[in-house]
Amino acid sequence: MFDYNFHWRPVLKTLPDLIQAGLTTLEVAVLSMVIGIILGLGLALIRMHMKGPLRWFTVAWIEMARNTPALFQLFFFGFGLGAIGINLTPYTIILAGLSFNCAGYLAENFRGGFQAVPDTQLKAARCLGMNAWQAYTRIVIPQVFKVIYHPITNQMVWAVLMSSLGMLIGFRELSGETQFFASRTFRIFEYFAVTAVLYYVIVKIILAVSRLLAMRLFRY
Amino acid sequence: MIQVRDLHKHFGDLHVLKGINLDVNKGEVLSVIGSSGSGKSTLLYCLNSLEQIQQGSVHVDGIDVHAKSTGVNTLRQKLGMVFQQWNSFPHLTVLENVALSPRIVKGKSKEEAIAMAEKQLKHVGLGDKFKHYPNSLSGGQQQRLAIARALAMEPEYMLFDEATSALDPEKVGEVLDTMRLLAEEGMTMICVTHEMGFAKEVSDRVAYFHNGIMEEIGPPEQLFGSPQSEHTRKFLANVR
Repeated sequence: MFDYNFHWRPVLKTLPDLIQAGLTTLEVAVLSMVIGIILGLGLALIRMHMKGPLRWFTVAWIEMARNTPALFQLFFFGFGLGAIGINLTPYTIILAGLSFNCAGYLAENFRGGFQAVPDTQLKAARCLGMNAWQAYTRIVIPQVFKVIYHPITNQMVWAVLMSSLGMLIGFRELSGETQFFASRTFRIFEYFAVTAVLYYVIVKIILAVSRLLAMRLFRY
Repeated sequence: MIQVRDLHKHFGDLHVLKGINLDVNKGEVLSVIGSSGSGKSTLLYCLNSLEQIQQGSVHVDGIDVHAKSTGVNTLRQKLGMVFQQWNSFPHLTVLENVALSPRIVKGKSKEEAIAMAEKQLKHVGLGDKFKHYPNSLSGGQQQRLAIARALAMEPEYMLFDEATSALDPEKVGEVLDTMRLLAEEGMTMICVTHEMGFAKEVSDRVAYFHNGIMEEIGPPEQLFGSPQSEHTRKFLANVR
């Protein structure tokens, strides 16, 4: 009834390649988070403070990023743009797709964060003669970051896990690489089991770094 | 000197200030009393352009506060403001709270800004709290921090918006003492307050506001001793 023989050797032999692919995964996730945070902050500010077409655009972005499957968003940047003649590399597709998705989620986190900082903080800063830019960058945004620090960490974990969709557009990050080796050796279970462990380790590292960083950043 | 002429302020349909005329001289301490919703705090917000006005004018040292050409950020350096909810910046230490705006607004060097902050914090009795974060301070200490923060900008006027109303009763005294100290040093102050004792002892003049109108203004002896208006008499009878 159970006649599957485990063969771990091929997996162990290619472990360095898998770890290399894991770093690619991490790289893509970090980059798309950096882009996502910048765009998300912008989207949130536009959504809160502006009217007209630009606001509609940001609302549409946020709605689509949050309410459609991430895979479809990725396919849009891959096959969608490909259909009208814009051919991006797999790396660009996954980066664009993840950034688009993260920015949408983070925008809503930022919006909540801004609402959590009392507007009297802004008032007090302005009363000291700070201009709007100084008041936002020195007083409001640092406090917003504390409020949404843990949601940002969650999003970072999500970005790592979601980057595995890259495998479906031919990008050889951790899952893509695993798929490649698995289909070459037919040790499918073994490869994906090891990769699952690698994902787990990557996420745990992120959480540990996040916790250390929080201790340094938020001493109040 | 601060000159307010025929000042009207509306919040939508609500007519909050109905033609205020007021002069505050350099070195004077003016207390503004009256029940909630009488427009006292709104008056302060109109003085430093936190609120726009619909009619009339406010001049601070000859500068038209609400003129389009007036740079509010420069103007506000003249007018220190202390709020009811002290609004300390929670992510900065006590010292950074005070040193930040001298540095980034006035462009002082880091050393100068820190020296100024230390001086003002010692002044209000927080000389031992430089490295603390505001959340480890009591309400009274945070309010004194707010006063030091405003003073570090070397303002010529201090506006107090019910600076003691949100404090525990036993913390009110220390903040009033600090305000008293400033008054003795000759700071020009406008204090919106519910502390009748403070208004009586410290102010040169007291103004009573009722429904957006300044009913009465005069030296404390006169206003508390022989109030002219019926509304003032009623109010004072109730708060005593």
